[in-house]
Amino acid sequence: MSDPAIAVRGLRKSYADFEAVRGIEFEVRRGEVFGLLGPNGAGKTTTVEILEGYRRRSAGEVSVLGFDPGERSRELRARVGIVLQSTGIYRHIRVREAVAHFASMYPHPRDVDEVVAVCGLDGKQTATARTLSGGQLRRLDLALALVGDPELIFLDEPTTGFDPAARRNAWDTIRSLKELGKTILLTTHYLDEAQALADRVAIIKDGRILIEGAPGSLGASAGGAPFRVVYRNGDGGVVEHETDDPTALLYELTGAALARGERLEGLTVTRPTLEDVYLELTADEDPEPAPAGS
Amino acid sequence: MTDVAIMAWRQYRLERRLFWRNPSAAFFNFLLPLLFLAFFGAIFHNNQHDLDVIVPGIAGMSVMSTTFTALAFNITFLREQGVLKRIRGTPMPGISYLLGLAGNAVTNTAVQIVIITVAGKVFFGTGWPRNYLELVVFVSAGVLCFASLGVAFSHVIPNFDSAPAYVNAVFLPVVAVSGVFFDETHTPGFLKGIAQALPLYHLISGLSAAMVKGTALSHNVTALGVIAAWSALGILFAVRGFSWDQRRD
Repeated sequence: MSDPAIAVRGLRKSYADFEAVRGIEFEVRRGEVFGLLGPNGAGKTTTVEILEGYRRRSAGEVSVLGFDPGERSRELRARVGIVLQSTGIYRHIRVREAVAHFASMYPHPRDVDEVVAVCGLDGKQTATARTLSGGQLRRLDLALALVGDPELIFLDEPTTGFDPAARRNAWDTIRSLKELGKTILLTTHYLDEAQALADRVAIIKDGRILIEGAPGSLGASAGGAPFRVVYRNGDGGVVEHETDDPTALLYELTGAALARGERLEGLTVTRPTLEDVYLELTADEDPEPAPAGS
Repeated sequence: MTDVAIMAWRQYRLERRLFWRNPSAAFFNFLLPLLFLAFFGAIFHNNQHDLDVIVPGIAGMSVMSTTFTALAFNITFLREQGVLKRIRGTPMPGISYLLGLAGNAVTNTAVQIVIITVAGKVFFGTGWPRNYLELVVFVSAGVLCFASLGVAFSHVIPNFDSAPAYVNAVFLPVVAVSGVFFDETHTPGFLKGIAQALPLYHLISGLSAAMVKGTALSHNVTALGVIAAWSALGILFAVRGFSWDQRRD
């Protein structure tokens, strides 16, 4: 089980007039939550859809749970759960009926009622899909992807359109999946979501991975100092220091302040957030228009 | 193989449940051929010859509407909504899913043929079918032909909003030219030529033989041949162009 859940090497995907993916490499370890971030049209969805077996790659090596997803083996599909960005369902199907029907497609499904409950659809079992709210439909998407008890779960923008409470609930569900030992490939626009859930993230732009690593360590690998110390001096002016050794810097600053009999007002020590790194890396003076459908 | 069949059966059962869960749609689905029958029955009520034309004509139209029209609509809708893509991500074989969908359509065909046959006997004096085997053969051939053409045609329809326009642009002229509502002997020659190149004309003449005239199957081999040729074309394009996803790769 030590081989990676997903291994991607030299992945390329060309459309008639456009190269959407230009040599991507990454690995997702078993039991890990891996976040794939990037602006629209960066190649995220194309990459994920190649891994899901929806699209053929133009070049490169791809392995998902040891299978080539391009061959679309049923065994692989039975071990993978997919939550797509926008997928419909029969308008007149009932919640429990839908989950039970999807359960019947898998060799070792989870308990239907348990999955309905885990996805927060208790009390909605007999509601038809057309009467559900957007958030409830999204939870039904998750239920349909989980009911086959997959080892690997693809989540494409799983909380788009959720209110804050529903997002927290969804995050708890995703964390509980990780505790069950599931591997999760998460694509998201929400950087706080990636920061909260992902063990590692990769930022994609223009079909290439710009940076990859644990969300907290990306600042350092992006070339910036890992810590930022900020306080206000006696005149109320803001003073900023960047350092890779905050302990020594704080000792020095606070010692000097105490010696002067002053306080360091508003003292904070921060690491650059994922958002800081993301915005810096993906800033584009000459934005290419995002091609449709990539 | 049994697995494929079991999953197709489950999908079929689901499709049937959902079909009846939208009762108004189900009602009109079965009411439409009866409305046509009642309308033309009222017009031709003293004329057994015309009634004998209209009953198999409506039966042929029903085969086309329950398979060609229904599948072209459904598949366009399911593709646009992403239902096909979702199914594609599960271990259910694609063929099981499509068999379930088609089975649902064929069940509607069978029910409509029964309704029309009974109405023909009870209200229009056409009597019970003369040749049940021939009836089954032609309904089956028609179903295969129009179901595959419906799936193939769904590849041409760009989105669900335009589906009624596309489907009716084919369905209405084909129904009009193929002698559903009138005796083909009155048709001008060039229209008859067009009709004879199309499968519905031949389906109706086969159904007419089975339901009214009682001519043997051996007299209708040409009709069966034309339907088979269109079926081959339909299956070829249904399979070749099939896309599970709205976005073409």
